[in-house]
Amino acid sequence: MIAFGQFLEVLLSGLLAGVLYSLVALGFVLIYKASGVFNFAQGAMVLLAGLALVRCLNFMVAQGFSFWGAAVIGLLFSAAIMAVTAWLVERFVLGPLLNQDGLTLFMATIGVTFMIEGGAQMLFGAEVYPLQFFPGDAWFLFENAFPGGILMSKIDVFGGFIAAVLVVGLALFFQYTKTGRALRAVADDHAAAQSVGISLNWIWFIVWLVAGLVALAASTVWGTKLGVQFSITFLALKALPVLIIGGFTSVPGAIVGGLIAGAGEKIAEAYLGPYIGGGIEYWFAYVLALVVLLMRPQGLFGERIIERV
Amino acid sequence: MLYRETGQFKTNYADDMAIFPIRQDRVAFWALILAAFIGIPLLDSFQVWPFGGEYLLRAILIPFLILSLAAVGLNILTGYCGQLSLGSGAFMAIGAYSAYKFATGIRIPLEIFTIAIPPLPVFFAILLGGLMAALVGILFGVPSLRIKGLYLAVATLAAQFFFDWLFIRVQWFTNYTSSGSVTAPELNFFGLYVNRPIERYLLCLLFVTVFALLAKNLVRGNIGRQWMAIRDMDIAAELMGIRPLYAKLSAFAISSFIMGVAGALWAFIYLGSWEPLAFNIDRSFQILFMVIIGGLGSIMGSFLGAAFILVLPILLDQVPHMMGIPISVETVSLLVFVVTGALICWLLIVEPHGFARLWLTGKEKLRLWPYPY
Repeated sequence: MIAFGQFLEVLLSGLLAGVLYSLVALGFVLIYKASGVFNFAQGAMVLLAGLALVRCLNFMVAQGFSFWGAAVIGLLFSAAIMAVTAWLVERFVLGPLLNQDGLTLFMATIGVTFMIEGGAQMLFGAEVYPLQFFPGDAWFLFENAFPGGILMSKIDVFGGFIAAVLVVGLALFFQYTKTGRALRAVADDHAAAQSVGISLNWIWFIVWLVAGLVALAASTVWGTKLGVQFSITFLALKALPVLIIGGFTSVPGAIVGGLIAGAGEKIAEAYLGPYIGGGIEYWFAYVLALVVLLMRPQGLFGERIIERV
Repeated sequence: MLYRETGQFKTNYADDMAIFPIRQDRVAFWALILAAFIGIPLLDSFQVWPFGGEYLLRAILIPFLILSLAAVGLNILTGYCGQLSLGSGAFMAIGAYSAYKFATGIRIPLEIFTIAIPPLPVFFAILLGGLMAALVGILFGVPSLRIKGLYLAVATLAAQFFFDWLFIRVQWFTNYTSSGSVTAPELNFFGLYVNRPIERYLLCLLFVTVFALLAKNLVRGNIGRQWMAIRDMDIAAELMGIRPLYAKLSAFAISSFIMGVAGALWAFIYLGSWEPLAFNIDRSFQILFMVIIGGLGSIMGSFLGAAFILVLPILLDQVPHMMGIPISVETVSLLVFVVTGALICWLLIVEPHGFARLWLTGKEKLRLWPYPY
């Protein structure tokens, strides 16, 4: 019974960690869906949003605001920063690169990553800033069923909640608003969307803004977990296998992919790790992604790739 | 006026097949080779500016040559065969660590007998390092038969992270050193000890020249055309009778071989002693940048891209220093980040096909000069 309790605990923590990865993966999916750009800068955007939030929050608290008042101002400030970033990226990088092939756009977003990483740290400082948005302690579940119960960190639960809200919100946004419909049209066919009067520039700005706001949401969770610091940008690399498993074009896929990747790597670490040396969660999700790709080259939920000569 | 092929007639097939069909190109090529092999050592031996001290050789020319070689390797895979790879750092690491193991001797005790290979000469160790990288490259190339584009890129990241982990965690590769960093064996090339920077430079130059010529000839030949057909449209190529299995895996093998050799050179000649961090994902991106900025599908572009990506941060580092602007080291490094990113974006916007295309345009202009109509 102990072993089963332990397994449940590992599984649960893996699933929750996976949801947190999906928070970052969601931003990738949004931009890929609407513009076909594989946005490597998502991790850097999480860093930028987090730094803007935490610095503004600390400043406001120092000015004598209450914590939650300062938090609201910080969130608004950070959102504004993300909007400016979205506009700059659209105006100066992606706009001029219209109609280039995917690889060029991908490289351009790596260039954007460098700019955001350097710029964010120059503007807001390059240290580790602790963020206390969510309680850091944990719950113990089923204490009478298993000795010691099952440990469940509160941040992870809040993260999962935020992810769920985001997915539902984004699904509604895509399905029922005029802008959402325009986004889907652009994703389908750039030229056709343009010909019915949809402004590509505006749509791309909106997409990058939404991705920025998702990054902001991710930064509140990850910032609480790790502190806002440079290493937060490596989340982008953690989110890639999640994307692959779920498929680049599917919002629910990002969540399911996250669950699979998170649970997989935690279980592997706990049960396989002792035999082949620890730290395998560093690459296990990638191997999982590779296996999924070999069976379904477009990911579990991706649109089927149809090829013609 | 000077650069024009008028009057240069090709009278046999060999002329027609030459790497540099235009005489001016040939002259320029040999001039460059002479300058690199004889000019630079001469300048160095007389300590003419900027060769006073070893900085230029040690910090710019040697890494430039080695990273160019790695970029040539990646260009074969990504530029010629169209398979996007983010795992170049891993293949360099495999080359480096296998060469290290071969150069220091291998002992694998099994149940019945022990596999033991005595320490091999450094030259063979480096080539064997490349060979090991090629084998692993074939292994990680297999998914490319089913997966394409960005999905494949992420799949190659699996190689990157797996080998990062392997060389940190499995102590056998580092001969159980306590710190995890390893030191290259003495560079003894058949009795010739390569120690001074100029000797190291010449050694790298030799490797790079041989492999670059090899690569250039491969991509002009049958197999290179198969790669390009696969890159341009794999289904059409398959219908025309090109075997994707053979074409893709050969591209993976040859590209990984070159990257493995480059990794071994990087570790043995440039770094001297190193740890797995030297080949992490940043290195992969650096080499991918070189290929993209230099020009996909161009051997010369790899060299131009390597020069740009390598020299740019060094120059940017010096600028505020030279202009006497007092800013902290940290700010400078962040500024270098921003400027590098901006320049990359700018280059992609101005010329998405890289320096190689600029070079071609320049050549066309030069042919018509001074009467452009």
